[in-house]
Amino acid sequence: MAGSQWELPPELCCRPMAFVALTGLDVVYNAVHRAIWDAFCANRRADRVPISFKVLPGDHEYPKCRTKRTSYEWYIPKGILKTGWMNKHLNLVPALVVLFYELDWDDPQWKEKQSECATKVEIVRTSLQGRNTKVAVVLIQKKTPLPPGKHLYSNSLCTCVLRSVSSISLSLFVTGSSTNGVVHFIIKLENAFYEHAQTYYYTEIRRVKSHKEFLNKTTHQLLFVRHQFKIAFFSELKQDTQNALKYYRTAYSLVHELRAHETNMLEIKTMAGFINYKICRLCFQHNTPLDAIAQFRKHIDLCKKKIGSAELAFEHAAWMSKQFQSFGELFDEAIKLGLTAIQTQNPGFYYQQAACYSQDRKTLAQQLCQAGASYPSPEPGDTQSGGLDFYGQRPWRQGHQSIDPPDAEKEKTGIVALQIKERDVPHSELIIALLSNAVAQFKKYKCPRMKSHLMVQMGEEYYHAKDYTKALKLLDYVMCDYRTERWWGLLTAIVSTALRCAYLMASVRDYMIYCMELLGRASTLKEEQKLRIEKNLIKVLKNEVPEAEPECDPASVTAARALWNDRMALAGSNEFTIEVQDYIPFIQCKAKFQSPSFHVDQPIQLQVFLRADCPHPVSFNKLSVSLSNQEYNQWCVVESVGQESMSLLPGKTKCYNFSFVAKTEDVGKKIEMTGIELMLGSDGGGRCVFVGWRGAGGDAASTHEALLASRSSRRCGRAVEARQELDWDSLSIQPSTMIISRVPKISVQLSHQPPALNNEMYCISLTIQSQEGGVARDVKLTAGLKPGQDANLGQTTHVTLDCSKVCDDTAPALLPDVPLGDLNPGQQLERCVYVKCVSTGPRVFLFHVAYSIDTSVEGRQIVCKCHKDETVTIETVVPFEVSVKFVSTKFEPLERVAVDIPFLLMTDILSSSPWPLLLASSSLQLLTMTTNTAQLQSQLQEVVLQTDECASECFCLRCPPLTNSSTTVATGQYLISWRRKSSGADSPLIQTAVALPHVILESVPLYIHADLPSFGRVRESLSVRYHIENRTALVQEVEMAVEPSDAFMFSGLKQVRLRILPGSEQQMLYNYYPLMAGYQTLPQLNISLPRCLTTNTHTLRRFLPQRIFVKPQGRQLDDASIAAA
Amino acid sequence: MAVCIAVIAKENYPLYIRSVPTQNELKFHYTVHTSLDVVEEKISAVGKSLGDQRELYLGLLYPTEDYKVYGYVTNSKVKFVIVVDSSNTSLRDNEIRSMFRKLHNSFTDVMCNPFHNPGDTIQSKAFDGIVSGMMVQTASYT
Repeated sequence: MAGSQWELPPELCCRPMAFVALTGLDVVYNAVHRAIWDAFCANRRADRVPISFKVLPGDHEYPKCRTKRTSYEWYIPKGILKTGWMNKHLNLVPALVVLFYELDWDDPQWKEKQSECATKVEIVRTSLQGRNTKVAVVLIQKKTPLPPGKHLYSNSLCTCVLRSVSSISLSLFVTGSSTNGVVHFIIKLENAFYEHAQTYYYTEIRRVKSHKEFLNKTTHQLLFVRHQFKIAFFSELKQDTQNALKYYRTAYSLVHELRAHETNMLEIKTMAGFINYKICRLCFQHNTPLDAIAQFRKHIDLCKKKIGSAELAFEHAAWMSKQFQSFGELFDEAIKLGLTAIQTQNPGFYYQQAACYSQDRKTLAQQLCQAGASYPSPEPGDTQSGGLDFYGQRPWRQGHQSIDPPDAEKEKTGIVALQIKERDVPHSELIIALLSNAVAQFKKYKCPRMKSHLMVQMGEEYYHAKDYTKALKLLDYVMCDYRTERWWGLLTAIVSTALRCAYLMASVRDYMIYCMELLGRASTLKEEQKLRIEKNLIKVLKNEVPEAEPECDPASVTAARALWNDRMALAGSNEFTIEVQDYIPFIQCKAKFQSPSFHVDQPIQLQVFLRADCPHPVSFNKLSVSLSNQEYNQWCVVESVGQESMSLLPGKTKCYNFSFVAKTEDVGKKIEMTGIELMLGSDGGGRCVFVGWRGAGGDAASTHEALLASRSSRRCGRAVEARQELDWDSLSIQPSTMIISRVPKISVQLSHQPPALNNEMYCISLTIQSQEGGVARDVKLTAGLKPGQDANLGQTTHVTLDCSKVCDDTAPALLPDVPLGDLNPGQQLERCVYVKCVSTGPRVFLFHVAYSIDTSVEGRQIVCKCHKDETVTIETVVPFEVSVKFVSTKFEPLERVAVDIPFLLMTDILSSSPWPLLLASSSLQLLTMTTNTAQLQSQLQEVVLQTDECASECFCLRCPPLTNSSTTVATGQYLISWRRKSSGADSPLIQTAVALPHVILESVPLYIHADLPSFGRVRESLSVRYHIENRTALVQEVEMAVEPSDAFMFSGLKQVRLRILPGSEQQMLYNYYPLMAGYQTLPQLNISLPRCLTTNTHTLRRFLPQRIFVKPQGRQLDDASIAAA
Repeated sequence: MAVCIAVIAKENYPLYIRSVPTQNELKFHYTVHTSLDVVEEKISAVGKSLGDQRELYLGLLYPTEDYKVYGYVTNSKVKFVIVVDSSNTSLRDNEIRSMFRKLHNSFTDVMCNPFHNPGDTIQSKAFDGIVSGMMVQTASYT
């Protein structure tokens, strides 16, 4: 790959690990050795020590160690870092060589083997002459370990071997144990190796550090960098990353202290890049990402301006790109290991910047690498060794550190060679790869717009790389984002690129779409551009080859012409359907039904508005609207007649009207526009393009425009009507219409007398009058409670047409479809509907009159169904309120009713009806009580109650002695039959039953009542007879005394004590002689029952009359004069 | 001084965008457009915590290699974006703030114009003048 010159060397990017060589293992043929090797290299997780192992043959030649320099006085360094150095210490020079040797303690040939082992050690030693590498010996033993008692023996044997090989360490390795044991043993071994390796690297660091004192600042500047780098690298091998970071940082500042000139600029930048990479890597490893970012920024700021040779400026861009890319990769890697990035600081930015520099590189390369120069020979890039000795040097002048190039001619050819090489670099490929990396990152960090922007760049890059299909795919994908965000400038730029792609691919369909969009109102192109594009579009419609887009590569244009010519020749696929709803095309379309609903007897009218935004008039041949019911489509087509095609003038709105008659089956249905199609071009000869809008037109931008228009007209009240031209933006779309039934020409009138009274048969009289011109047939009435109200209302409302009797609960709440026959023009029809409302409250009643009629619309005969609805809300109220009370015969309120003693029941009927009520009759239905008097007829018969009037009734009742002992008893019901006064005499009476309250019973042991006249007269004797009844089953002893009174003289027993037998009665007769006139209190009768203490005078006294009216002693007048008074 | 000044509607489409004419105008459009990602994120982050006590100035949105992009959001979610050349290190945060304040005042004046339709692009000489005063004077460059 051509970009590989800029790739970081793998030995730089890897994690340095101590290198340990294993010798004496035959991993191919020896199974035991194989198992050992596998245990070393398999399963190297993070918990194992970081060592890289390598199996080498026993006689492996390690790199020769050069003789140590004793003085640096005359030494002039040729470069900063040798290209082989890192690899040498990672993979070639081991920190420790381990010799594996099979030797059991009881080996019969112990002596021989021992010396063989020593020889092998010696071979390794010689090969490592001059290095600090240690050698270790591991004995592989097949026998199980010695019994514990023989430790001493084994120890001595150990030392014996040790002495003979004079190696630094010796380990026992037993293969007899299980695999698990092997791994355990291996881990122990490698920990020991690791310690040795660390010591080795420590001494290496010391060795490099010791050079420092020989160096001087003038000639050995390069060595300062080299040594710091080496120390840092060894520290890394030693796994001392903190110190490594420190030394790398020193190295970094030293590299920038170097004298930089054009010839060594590349070398300095290369090394700075390497060291920067290491620093950033370690910072991320230490989980200090901010340090890494800061270092990288510093690095970029320092190096940005170090362009070097102007003729090779693309190299700098390539290098910068690589810096950003590798930092992005490091960042990304750190994120994978758990670092969290944020929206404004994520690897995407670095990839993006890398792509940006790659783009710079491409432009620079295009400027600098002129075609035509022939590749110089001999190849200036060749070196003797086939590669470079030092990082970042020019192959034709390796090792030269002078300011001027040693050979100007060679320098020139070298540069030309590099330029020619650069020409072949697939820049676009590199850029696209970086961009797609960046896209992936920005997607992750919620940057949709950045993502779109990068995708545009990718698309453009594909366009430059002549991969038009991919370019179109990407551009098309992001276009809609910019369209919905309404960034017209950006959209136009993108569509213009897409148009070029479509042209170069000769993709007719895409070409037309993009032309249409670029001609549209969202395009920010200049007028002359639009003119050109429209001309091209017209050419394409005529099946001609369009003019090439400007800014296209001339070679590609020629190829495209050929493609277009092929397309032209290709007959057949010359019909295109282009859905423009999601674009912003050059023809705008809005359609509307004139009204959101049409009566079935009206023609349905719809309008299609078209407007062209392009600079030239557009002509078209056909406009058609498709509707949800396809049968209507035939009425909504307009086609050009003959050669005359219809045309749209730029900026002018044109309106096309369509009208059709709906089918009667569609009443109640919605008709929707499903699409509008405009045919451009003609099917004869040229191409024929159907521009289609879904629904009722509009495009990606129209919704927002309509919103703005509505805002502005609302605010300023712009006089839209005053202008001749229709205001396009405020034209609203009406994509659907309802077909509703014909307007009925009948009148439905209701007459009634609200409110309704509870339980009454409320009469609503309905008058239907036809104003139709023809006969209304099949008139049907649906009357009753309007559906959709409280469910309980349905239970408590009953509707009937029968007024002869009170309807029962089986009557429905809604009477459906009562046939009323036909209705001639002008005829009137009356019906009464009776409603019984069992509960109070408001109700909505519906009266629905439906009929059908023949009519004609635009010459077509249709049968229309019409209906007229009337609703009325009727309140139901209680007609009257009934209150009931129990009183004693003295009209005193009773709490309890005494058994077998008469009392009174008083009822009050208070009318709350606004209308007069006629009470037909009333009656009592008694349960336990009996009437005391014979009731012949209701006292309320035929009474008319006005509002707020009250009707009362009184009944004398008596409660017979009860068999059971319950103290409360039900009284019974009070029945009232009534009707409205205004209702006809034959209308049914309504029975209202009022439950009478329960009474509490008490039994009295003694009942006393008096017979006395209704009045007395002064100085005329009046006799009073007291009846005392014993109501108990016992003989009662009664004490009676009459208290003296000022108003009366009296004769009779003043004080008496008597006995009354069970069930019998005693009479006491007194003659009272009134002395004063007026209401006089009768002499008090004190009665007490010595045996029954609960009953005293007071309880008994309530039965007795208290007072009597005494008339004055009049003059003796004859009866006639009294009668006259 | 700014190299690009933009006013973005609540619905994220440009109401006004002007950049230094010497450079690629399209690039600035893209820069402003992509900066809306950060603006949106910042607004939504603030909206969750304190609804009314939001600071209008959003600060540095994101640094690119060549430019610094600053943002400001009015209470009606109209965004102002100012792009400044990265090399211009003399510009302090306070100055940017005052630029935004000036811009906001001028924008308010535009909105107060009874003949201006909110939602339309800004075509006001006064506003142009304010913006020009804040832009890098191109005449000195050429």
